[in-house]
Amino acid sequence: MSSKMITVPVISQETLSDGVYSMWLSVGDMALEAKPGQFISVYSNDKSRVLPRPISICEVDKKKGSLRIVYRVVGAGTNEFSRLSEGDDVRIMGPLGNGFFMKDKKAILVAGGIGIPPMLELAKQLDCEKTIVVGYRDAQTFLSEELSKYGKVVIATEDGSVGTKGNVLDAIEAEGVSGDVIYSCGPIPMLRALKNYAAQKDIECQISLEEKMACGIGACLACVCKSKEVDHHTHVHNKRICKDGPVFYAGEVEL
Amino acid sequence: MISTKVNLAGVEFKNPVMEGSGTFGSGAEYSAYVDLNKLGAVVTKGVANVPWPGNPTPRIAETSSGMLNAIGLQNPGIDVFIERDIPFLKQYDTRIVVNVCGKTTEDYLEVVERLADTDVDMLEINISCPNVKEGGIAFGQDPKAVEAITKAVKAKAKQPVIMKLSPNVTDITVMAKAAEAGGADVLSMINTLTGMKIDIERKTFALANKTGGLSGPAIKPVAVRMVYQAAHAVKIPIIGMGGITCAEDAIEFILAGASAVAVGTANFMNPYTTVEVVKGIEDYMTRHGVKDIKELVGAVK
Repeated sequence: MSSKMITVPVISQETLSDGVYSMWLSVGDMALEAKPGQFISVYSNDKSRVLPRPISICEVDKKKGSLRIVYRVVGAGTNEFSRLSEGDDVRIMGPLGNGFFMKDKKAILVAGGIGIPPMLELAKQLDCEKTIVVGYRDAQTFLSEELSKYGKVVIATEDGSVGTKGNVLDAIEAEGVSGDVIYSCGPIPMLRALKNYAAQKDIECQISLEEKMACGIGACLACVCKSKEVDHHTHVHNKRICKDGPVFYAGEVEL
Repeated sequence: MISTKVNLAGVEFKNPVMEGSGTFGSGAEYSAYVDLNKLGAVVTKGVANVPWPGNPTPRIAETSSGMLNAIGLQNPGIDVFIERDIPFLKQYDTRIVVNVCGKTTEDYLEVVERLADTDVDMLEINISCPNVKEGGIAFGQDPKAVEAITKAVKAKAKQPVIMKLSPNVTDITVMAKAAEAGGADVLSMINTLTGMKIDIERKTFALANKTGGLSGPAIKPVAVRMVYQAAHAVKIPIIGMGGITCAEDAIEFILAGASAVAVGTANFMNPYTTVEVVKGIEDYMTRHGVKDIKELVGAVK
């Protein structure tokens, strides 16, 4: 696997819901390398913003050499990205990190909020029976229709406007969702609940974590998480989310 | 032909460009992007006598033209470093500068002694990390302590010693002179400036450690000023750093009095920065008819 930094043109950009954007980038060979669950570092064109923004890969088109990111505007950097349009250049590095460990067994894909995007490419590539459980705040259920092309989609909303009222676990219960492996990405409380749920059911659980990053390649040690075993880099109990993750088996890390 | 070679305390570097400790690991991760053979030296992340787990997260926060970090010197300790990192770096034709950290004088000395019989070129003693409760900056803000630890390290070290100074002091020249009096061979400066960022929506500190070290282009004018002041206060050479993102920035430090430079935060902005600075310095020298980079050191009085 090789990662590189390149300046690439934007193919298209659209708004999916309030503050959530979808951008296709023409990345050439990088598309051949990209796996579900990996991420790219996106650099600002404004030099006063010194750190790249790590953004998960939502979709890849290997034939066209294109890659899609779906992201939420949370600050000045992502706001800048949201203003890019067709033909604009953006500097990126990737693909970074390790993706999901794809298993040939009945799958439950569980994601909440801006953790949902990496599930699209994963759902596309997983060639098995699968249910996709997605949680939103309200009726702005971005990506849910696209996900439904690849499996049964179960929706939870905090305000009950669509699907089960509550969180993803409420929806799993309400819809009687079952499977032998969980692939998940979302806020820490959700991942913690899923880790417990998977342990109770005695099924495998993979979680994708995020943290503030600087280098994105495992050198600066900014984005560590607590690990059960001693890590091979520093020999303490800190795994690097960017390099050793962002996907971990739930049992590997303390949440 | 132009010469970018520099000599620091008897050690020759093919060019004056290295990277700032802590921004580059021990080079392994960046070697996928950068040809380490092209660097004057690789300066390792700080290494202590035993593994250090570092601080809780979040450990970093972006600020305007800079960033705060409070990694807390997470490192694998000297055993793993000697076994894994030195052999890795020996594959390359570059100098190895090992950054040494500790909580007590004894901790520093243990690392220095362990490195004595290893094939590394220089030691950089970190007495200026603002993010650990003991050691680090505690040694770097009192001239008596700076002189004492420099002396103690020099008594044990087999390699030339660089003392890395903190900018979090009233008068940098006092610290520079104290290190020189203690026998330091080289000074490096500046480490990060202590700062703080508050997340007003969550009403909390951006960093779990509350405070962190400010680095990046935001601190460059402070760093250039301190290098200039120190260069006029001591006779030993200085490695200048603090916000260097391009060759023009590096030249500024050299003109102010630095014999060599280090690229830190800019590695995060662009992993190729170090090699671009090497090339850019050569271009500048050609453009200005400079044959030997030493002609530029401290040329602006």
